[in-house]
Amino acid sequence: MPASYLVGMSTLPPLFQDWFTRRGWSAHPHQLDMLARAEDPALLLIAPTGGGKTMAGFLPTLVDLAAGAHDGLHTLYISPLKALAADIKRNLRTPVQDMKLPIRIEDRTGDTSATARKRQRADPPHILLTTPESLALLTSYEDAPRMFAGLKRVVIDEIHALAESKRGDQLMLALTRLQEICPGLRRVGLSATVEDPDAIARYLARHPDPCDILIADPGPDPDIAMLQTTEPPPWAGGGAAYAIPAVMDQIRQHTTTLIFHNTRAQAEIFFHNLWLANADALPIGIHHGSLDRQQRERVEAAMQRGELRAIVCTGSLDLGIDWGDVDLVIQVGAPKNVKRLVQRIGRANHRYNAPSKALLVPANRFEVVECHAALEAAKEHDLDGAPRGPGPRDVLCQHILIRACAGPFDASKLYQQIITAGAYAGLTRAEFDDCLDFCATGGYALRAYDQWQRLLQRPDGHWQLRDPRAARLIRMNIGTIQDSDKLKVRLQRARGGKPLGEVEEGFAASLTPGDTFLIGGQIVRYENLREMTVEVSRDRGRKPKVAVFSGTKFATSTQLSHRILRLFAQEDWPDLPQHTADWLDLQRQMSELPQEGRLLIESFPHEGREHVCIYGFAGRNAQQTLGLILSKRMEELGLDPLGFVSTDYATLIWGLEPLTDAAPLFTRDALRQGLESWLTGNTLMKRTFRASATIAGLITRNTPQARKSGRQATFSSDILYDTLVKYDPDHLLLDITREEAMRGLIDFGRIEEMIARVEGRIDLHRLPRVTPLAAPLFLEAGRTPVDGAAQERLLQEETDRLMEAAGLSN
Amino acid sequence: MPLAPKERTMNGFDFEFGGAALTALGSGALYWAAQNLICVSDLHLGKSERRARLGEAPLPPYETRDTLSRLEADLRTTSATVVICLGDSFDDPAAADALPEAEKLWITALQAGRQWIWIEGNHDPGPVDLGGSHRAEYSYDPLIFRHIADPDENHEISGHYHPKTTLNTGHRTITRPSFLIDANRIILPAYGTYTGGLRSHDATLQSLMRSDALAVLTGPTPRPLPLRSVRD
Repeated sequence: MPASYLVGMSTLPPLFQDWFTRRGWSAHPHQLDMLARAEDPALLLIAPTGGGKTMAGFLPTLVDLAAGAHDGLHTLYISPLKALAADIKRNLRTPVQDMKLPIRIEDRTGDTSATARKRQRADPPHILLTTPESLALLTSYEDAPRMFAGLKRVVIDEIHALAESKRGDQLMLALTRLQEICPGLRRVGLSATVEDPDAIARYLARHPDPCDILIADPGPDPDIAMLQTTEPPPWAGGGAAYAIPAVMDQIRQHTTTLIFHNTRAQAEIFFHNLWLANADALPIGIHHGSLDRQQRERVEAAMQRGELRAIVCTGSLDLGIDWGDVDLVIQVGAPKNVKRLVQRIGRANHRYNAPSKALLVPANRFEVVECHAALEAAKEHDLDGAPRGPGPRDVLCQHILIRACAGPFDASKLYQQIITAGAYAGLTRAEFDDCLDFCATGGYALRAYDQWQRLLQRPDGHWQLRDPRAARLIRMNIGTIQDSDKLKVRLQRARGGKPLGEVEEGFAASLTPGDTFLIGGQIVRYENLREMTVEVSRDRGRKPKVAVFSGTKFATSTQLSHRILRLFAQEDWPDLPQHTADWLDLQRQMSELPQEGRLLIESFPHEGREHVCIYGFAGRNAQQTLGLILSKRMEELGLDPLGFVSTDYATLIWGLEPLTDAAPLFTRDALRQGLESWLTGNTLMKRTFRASATIAGLITRNTPQARKSGRQATFSSDILYDTLVKYDPDHLLLDITREEAMRGLIDFGRIEEMIARVEGRIDLHRLPRVTPLAAPLFLEAGRTPVDGAAQERLLQEETDRLMEAAGLSN
Repeated sequence: MPLAPKERTMNGFDFEFGGAALTALGSGALYWAAQNLICVSDLHLGKSERRARLGEAPLPPYETRDTLSRLEADLRTTSATVVICLGDSFDDPAAADALPEAEKLWITALQAGRQWIWIEGNHDPGPVDLGGSHRAEYSYDPLIFRHIADPDENHEISGHYHPKTTLNTGHRTITRPSFLIDANRIILPAYGTYTGGLRSHDATLQSLMRSDALAVLTGPTPRPLPLRSVRD
């Protein structure tokens, strides 16, 4: 926690002091501190929302520019959201106009017109507001040194969010390039509350520059509680429909309520149910990342005008515009991660020095325990977070290609620059050379077609694009965001109906005409797929078949999992609702509760099948991976597993034979081997590969041809993956894929962490029947059938059925 | 109804077409036992070279050897003595020239003791400097082989469109390259390793095929289904 709350060290110039006074404001101490330390090479400000963070970041710029002595670009502002750039532009205009400052402010995002963009490069404004991707594109032009000449400051907003993603890695690599052009560039980071400010500071500063951290007064502790409902939560599921009446009551009692959900599907279902119960027809909106941009903007605008009483939303509102009137945040479903919970709560009540108010709504019985643990952690300021590891090399490959677009470069100098980015400080020259070789030749063991390398080394030793026309393709594919292939959804009309949003391609493929689903709070009927657009019509029905697009599924953090295990160790649970305490008690009588430092496995028969329940507490993704590996091993051992299902805390596998000896399944080597051999062919691994191969520039999603025709018979990245595994298993991209598999969707790192934690202390209990803790798993959705022969069998059954239906069978 | 499935041989879907008894192999090759003839389409050999030449991302340069080893396996299992490559055998004529020596020799070895016919495709319009004979199209009574289907032709075998079919089994969707077969024509799936596909419900394919056509999904065991039951 903070070393000190710094005391104001500076005073405002008279012009600014007058302006503050006229508005009846006084500068926050941290705003003055930022001004006093305008010459620091790097400075990180941690302040709650509503703390005048943006003004603190821009004050040194405004003061410096007020003199009118600067030509060209002075300050670059970077935020993860386009909308935020536009919003800041509006907010900065007020002081600039009031004080008649000679300052030009413009934004530049994917939405900026081509003419405006061209002009900005020729004649840049004093302050340019942009996103990491637009900045990366700017640095790819040959005239970048001219455009950025004289740049003095870069302000990175919401740096805590960027620091968790590859977008942030790309940004920090772009800054190494800017720092080459402008050696005196000062860096400022603006962050919400985080668990490890030092890590963000290291990430922000040019390595090994120092970076001081200013911590603004965080204000009073939030007022967090569990939502009281008359009905207990159900045993499983994520809908929280039982809480609708209590949530409606809260909406009525507050001015504006934000209702956060963990997934888009859950948000859609909740929103639908909320409207069914909305007898007073209160204005309630929905906002999530799959909705059409115009729809989202309409909701945001209505929110800013104070017209909405509630918004059902997802992580899409984690960042961004300050909503002044929000006086309650409701989190539906276990928060999974204490830090995100605290940041979400910070969205309420942006009046400084007033406590934010938040309610937690567990969606099922287990989440009661998890919400309780999260609530305690939030009260104790015990935030979670996992160190991110070294800078990802797929992003580095893209950076090298971008650098090549800007003109010839010297490899040694480029390497020296790259290791000034904190995340890449440990990158070895050999690793860098591998990435350079990949960009130049593909880096294959078979050196074929070397005359057509993408980058070639000139006689003077510099590297350049062999074919300068390749720059266009590279520029078209800048960025690290992976929206898994999505299809637009439109209302069916004679000529292009209203766009509603997007669904994942896999979901669209599973629809039959007539199927109904929820999008943007309305029930629509699937009509057909035309030119990669899902066409739908409105449906008057009251019950949708499905609501789906999965969105991001977060895994419960390691820290929160440990808290839950510690809570289990208590003698009794006076703080938990009676129904939940009784449930845990019953589990203790029938079997036992999982403990820290041990691995509990239950084996029991149920409805004619054998079941194994593994309480790994490794988070949803790792438990899913564990299910894949273990079911495969069990198949080899002749236990005939049929399928499995996973939650954040356990995996349930069912099959024909009972498990009698668990230890051999759970050695680190056995699991590692499972990852190496079997998972190699797994879809998740292929998806991980696709993401990295796209970022690294092997797969180009956007091509001039594709833009023209809109349809293309491209072959899938799975083929490239299979080819590399077969002919070039040591290839750089496979190495990167294995590294990525330690986190994210596969999250093997959490499995290793679990194995290390239990050190062979495995308790296998053979029980006569299903246990209270295992019971909810039977109700979980998302069951995975065991693969292999199963797929061919499914295919045969379905084709035989269709042939028979057509009267073609013999 | 000539299309009704008959006895299945190992890893093949047997059917009658224009009086000839043919087998759709799981690999995507078509086998005509009476003539001991095998037909493969759209090999796209040399694709990674061509892409690199055009300044695109350097693909793993292994597709030619992968395609040839699958073809070699099919030739070994069937002992075919006539081979028809149905066009787009090379990603472009320069890609054919640029094949590494070892891969050219491999093709020569496969041609030894076999009648080998290259049919021209839109990607490889001219003759190639590799063994075998080169034709715009090829009649082998009662069938005709060409690269792109002619809507007015009968008993025709063609390629070009790379048909693939997606099936929703209720548990998951499975997409496979597919043969399209009706009484008038057969459209072969692409055989080459680096080939994508056009969905078999695409309007172009639907207009070429009769309403009673079958789609035969490739894979460990080829599986037929009525084309009209294939949807988005």
